[in-house]
Amino acid sequence: MREIQFREAVNEAMSEEMRNDDRVFLMGEEVAEYNGAYKASKGMLDEFGPKRVIDTPISELGFTGIGVGAAMNGLRPIIEFMTWNFAVLAADQIINSAAKMLQMSGGQFNVPIVFRGPNGPAGQLAATHSSSFEAMYAHIPGLKVATPFTPYDAKGLLKAAIRDNDPVLIMESEKMYGDKGEVPEGEYIIPLGVAEVMKKGKDVTIVGYGKILKVALEAAEVLKNEGIEVEIINLRTIRPLDIDTIIQSVKKTNRLVILDEDVPFAGVSAEISHRVQRLAFDYLDAPVHRITLADTPFAFAIPLIEEALPNVKRTVKAVKEVMYIAK
Amino acid sequence: MAEVVRMPKLSDTMEEGVVAEWHKKVGDNVESGDLLAEIETDKATMEFESFQDGVLLHIGVEKGDSAPVDSILAILGEKGEDISDLLEGEGKTDSKKKEKKEDSEDKEEKEKSESQSEDESAESEKDKAKNDSEKDGSEDDDSEDEESDEKAEKSKKDTDEESDKESEDKSSESTKRSSSDGRIIASPLAKRLASEKGIDISEVQGSGDGGRIIKKDVENFKPSAKTASAASASVPGKESYTEETVSQMRKTIAKRLAESKFTAPHFYLTMEIDMENAMSSRKAINEAIEPSKISINDMVIKAVAAALKKNPKVNSSWLGDKIRHNEHVHIGVAVAVDEGLLVPVIRHADQKSMVKINEEVVDFAGKARSKKLQPKDWEGNTFTVSNLGMYGIEEFTAIINPPDACIMAIGTIVEKPVVRKGQIVVGHTMKVTLSCDHRVVDGAVGSQFLNTFKRYMENPVMMLAE
Repeated sequence: MREIQFREAVNEAMSEEMRNDDRVFLMGEEVAEYNGAYKASKGMLDEFGPKRVIDTPISELGFTGIGVGAAMNGLRPIIEFMTWNFAVLAADQIINSAAKMLQMSGGQFNVPIVFRGPNGPAGQLAATHSSSFEAMYAHIPGLKVATPFTPYDAKGLLKAAIRDNDPVLIMESEKMYGDKGEVPEGEYIIPLGVAEVMKKGKDVTIVGYGKILKVALEAAEVLKNEGIEVEIINLRTIRPLDIDTIIQSVKKTNRLVILDEDVPFAGVSAEISHRVQRLAFDYLDAPVHRITLADTPFAFAIPLIEEALPNVKRTVKAVKEVMYIAK
Repeated sequence: MAEVVRMPKLSDTMEEGVVAEWHKKVGDNVESGDLLAEIETDKATMEFESFQDGVLLHIGVEKGDSAPVDSILAILGEKGEDISDLLEGEGKTDSKKKEKKEDSEDKEEKEKSESQSEDESAESEKDKAKNDSEKDGSEDDDSEDEESDEKAEKSKKDTDEESDKESEDKSSESTKRSSSDGRIIASPLAKRLASEKGIDISEVQGSGDGGRIIKKDVENFKPSAKTASAASASVPGKESYTEETVSQMRKTIAKRLAESKFTAPHFYLTMEIDMENAMSSRKAINEAIEPSKISINDMVIKAVAAALKKNPKVNSSWLGDKIRHNEHVHIGVAVAVDEGLLVPVIRHADQKSMVKINEEVVDFAGKARSKKLQPKDWEGNTFTVSNLGMYGIEEFTAIINPPDACIMAIGTIVEKPVVRKGQIVVGHTMKVTLSCDHRVVDGAVGSQFLNTFKRYMENPVMMLAE
């Protein structure tokens, strides 16, 4: 199968949907003339013209509001944020307008809008450019949050998001845009709310999402050499959360380690832990373990970054702990 | 028509109210707008006016008493009206409503207490907050020092203590391997596995953190020498026993059979049957219908069914004020299973061939053992046959299987000297005992039935003739 970059997968998803449906348009900082801050919209201005690929001023709240209004009036906007860290400025439009409009209008207004951009730590970007927002937005009823890991995920989930009638937030990463992966020619959709069992195993379940799954895969290789078979679940969507797939796996392995590239408090890992103890209590042979970012603003110094990030070593250790293998 | 006046909800938080004063007494005329009572809530004492006209017929809450919101405060109606229905009916629907309410509240409560308890534990661990965040940040940390380990252990104990109290209360065994505070630490999975396998978890040695008993420990568990020797009980004079909870099936057996034996006056009629012809007929039949086969038991069922058609009074049920004479013949066949016994029913056995009866009995017996019998399979019997011949029992008396009037107990076939045409020869006989409910079947009736049965068994062709 052909291999393409993550940014190309995103580009294909947007372009295909824009060809299919002329209500779809892309708006954001540098998306048009500059081909996107991370070149995800390369060539799209040429193909679709300035009415459908729109450069905005540096005014997140403004263009997000325009997007929500456009969605309420029958268009299907894709709003690109240069990073989710900047979207904090637009949180009012996302949380108070997009998420709540359907309910507050008594079902009169759907808001079919996609917000996408890079999220989470991505090297030495320092505290204000490194936050993870998936848990925060998943916390808001009315929002859907997807977290692709592979280029295949990126295209399938984005296409599903664009076709969804509700606001969907897609969390990408600056570090993922250059990742290559197999993406089939032609059209396919990955439904929101369905997790993927990336790797089958019988001993321990590792649940994760987004780029931290690379750590899970590496750790699984290390553990395989020691005879431990890890099952890895790629959540793909944070909300709706595919808890069934997790529970099924935990019932098989009896052990769960959650990899979460976000700070721990009230995070996605906390939500999963709660549901697993609630729904699979009698199947647990060890407390649920999680590996998260350090509970602090993200650092700039490399040694501190290394200390803060989940890594293979800590993952291997956590797996051994839930298996009661001497540390 | 009388109407109920209920304890009003006078504030958002009010759950119950106290009647501070009644301004009317039973028998008084009440007009809409009249001051009926003063009700004290959690916040204030408020005047309660009537919305209805009528005579005060009943006061549900006396002065000074309290009652929950929505309970009957008073009943207004026409003088002399009968309100007993209202009171009773209300009582019922009231409690039902309450139950229902409690149910949903329960659920809510659960959710609530869940989040609350989490809140609380967060609260109670406020002082450990520093440690907490440290823990969260570093539960995956490589450099977990001993101190934080200890703290984690302590907080774990704190939270575990409560959740396990109940399970601890339940287990009353004296010899327990336990942590220092007397608790057994085991993973939820280990506890479940142990209870499924009937393993006393206190006997299991834990290998997990802090001695936690984990799945592996339960799977690898072998009863210790101590338990084993106790089981073989060679120690003279040692008394011991085990107790098992009564299963649902046992409960049903106990209830139904005790009820039958204690209410139906049983009497018993035994008859010995020469099995020579039955055995040779069976042999001839089996040779002819190969590979199908019938058993003596199938012949018995067929003969019983045919005999019941001839003696319909035996095919009856005692219904208290009536006796039901069943015109159809449904024969229950007792089948032993691990947990007790089941009695699947061969329907219209009189109209079925022995081969068909055999097929059904075999099918039912298989289903009974694999717990696949459906209630419809064991309902509707009009007569029951119980056969212990395969265990070598010569004769026995069975307890009537309600709602039948009779049950027939079949013994084994024995080889013995019999007198035939004045000669003593080696023959085969089988004893059957009919247990009869004397309220329905008298001695003569039961005897006639047995005679018919005997005639059919001793000359199976007679079943065709009659």
